[in-house]
Amino acid sequence: MKSLLAMQHTLASAPAQLAVLAGAAGERFPFFTEKLKEQAKFPLKPANLAVLQVNIGKMCNQVCKHCHVDAGPDRKEIMTRETMTACLDALRNNPGITTVDLTGGAPELNPDFRWFVAGIKQLDRHVIVRCNLTIILSNKRFYDLPKFYKSYNIEVVSSLPSFTADRTDRQRGDGVFKDSIAALQMLNEEGYGMPGTGLILNLVYNPAGAFLPPNQQSLEKEYKVELKRLYDISFNQLYAITNMPISRYLDYLLASGNYEKYMEKLVDAFNPAAVDSVMCRNTISVGWDGHLYDCDFNQMLDLKVSCGNSAHISRLDVRELEKRDIMLNQHCYGCTAGAGSSCGGAVT
Amino acid sequence: MADNYYDPKDLKNFPGIGDFQKELADKFFSWYTEVFKDSALTAKEKSLVALAVAHAVQCPYCIDAYSSDAFEKGWSEAQMMEAVHVAASIKGGAALVHGVQMMNKVREISM
Repeated sequence: MKSLLAMQHTLASAPAQLAVLAGAAGERFPFFTEKLKEQAKFPLKPANLAVLQVNIGKMCNQVCKHCHVDAGPDRKEIMTRETMTACLDALRNNPGITTVDLTGGAPELNPDFRWFVAGIKQLDRHVIVRCNLTIILSNKRFYDLPKFYKSYNIEVVSSLPSFTADRTDRQRGDGVFKDSIAALQMLNEEGYGMPGTGLILNLVYNPAGAFLPPNQQSLEKEYKVELKRLYDISFNQLYAITNMPISRYLDYLLASGNYEKYMEKLVDAFNPAAVDSVMCRNTISVGWDGHLYDCDFNQMLDLKVSCGNSAHISRLDVRELEKRDIMLNQHCYGCTAGAGSSCGGAVT
Repeated sequence: MADNYYDPKDLKNFPGIGDFQKELADKFFSWYTEVFKDSALTAKEKSLVALAVAHAVQCPYCIDAYSSDAFEKGWSEAQMMEAVHVAASIKGGAALVHGVQMMNKVREISM
């Protein structure tokens, strides 16, 4: 399977995705901005900036069907050491940013990944790595990743959409479940997810289909019982994350005839209580080329932060960013549906 | 009135039954919500029971709702089909066990 970009698919372009989202907006589905106005929550304003989520490259060893990044082995966009240095400078100058969340693609495929992590830890920040698990087994040079994570006390967050092979492989590719289980066992051996070690291993559930996640708490309970029983695997928390109707997931929705029904589900499940806790309020997303966005999804739709002077990491100005209006579009319904959704799972 | 007896859109309008009798509808939906919560059985287990019953009572609305709900809660296609077979077995068995009654009657009146 190739990325949409490699296939020269229309939906590889951000404007084409926005055009689909705009298609039924205001008629069949109310504008997201109108929903916020009804709740007196428009414009959506940020809280204090605490998290820098850095996308250090779109290259990935997997080609998941729902990937909002359209990542894959054929993607070449990668963050340079110069841009990473600008991120480190921004962290040095802004002590209020306490967490750095590294994502991709597979962030470990960036040749400067370990150098960057060491630099962030020197600045005494909490580091989260969104590890796809299979990267650990993909090449001998990655076998030591669990030890590397441990040496810096990095929090590992990994996708596992099911505790069964069938459903996992349907979403993430053939053989992914088997390698993911082996990687989780390696992480457990290092102490990740084990009681008393302080080494955090959180899992992510994404629906493998055109539906919303079930109750996060019930699902976590079931995952813990089944992963322990079947594979002797332990972990800390399960994050249930809603799929956003963009990029490859949007392609799947359209191709399977589920787009309108899915949007209807998101709109019907709009939860005003989730709005206050959406991740764009305390997070800034940094693209592989250093541009700044309100979230990773806006990054993929090329919707840059609304304050032009601070639109690049080299010019990050927290005071200006904290005054901005957050860029909104129809995909934002994904973060406010049901219990809400963020990179840390449900928000209510 | 639609030209057909069943319309998928009616499922979404189910709460509208309260327009004609609010008190009883409120009681029903409150009880229904409580029934499907995690308790001695998990919400996931209850969803599979509901799917089987939906087939036994042959309710298209319920089949629509609980096919989605059971799959979303993590049951596999094979597990869901086995649940339908359980419902079908009970329905088939319920018909067939009356064969004993038929045999009893025939034996009573035959020479």
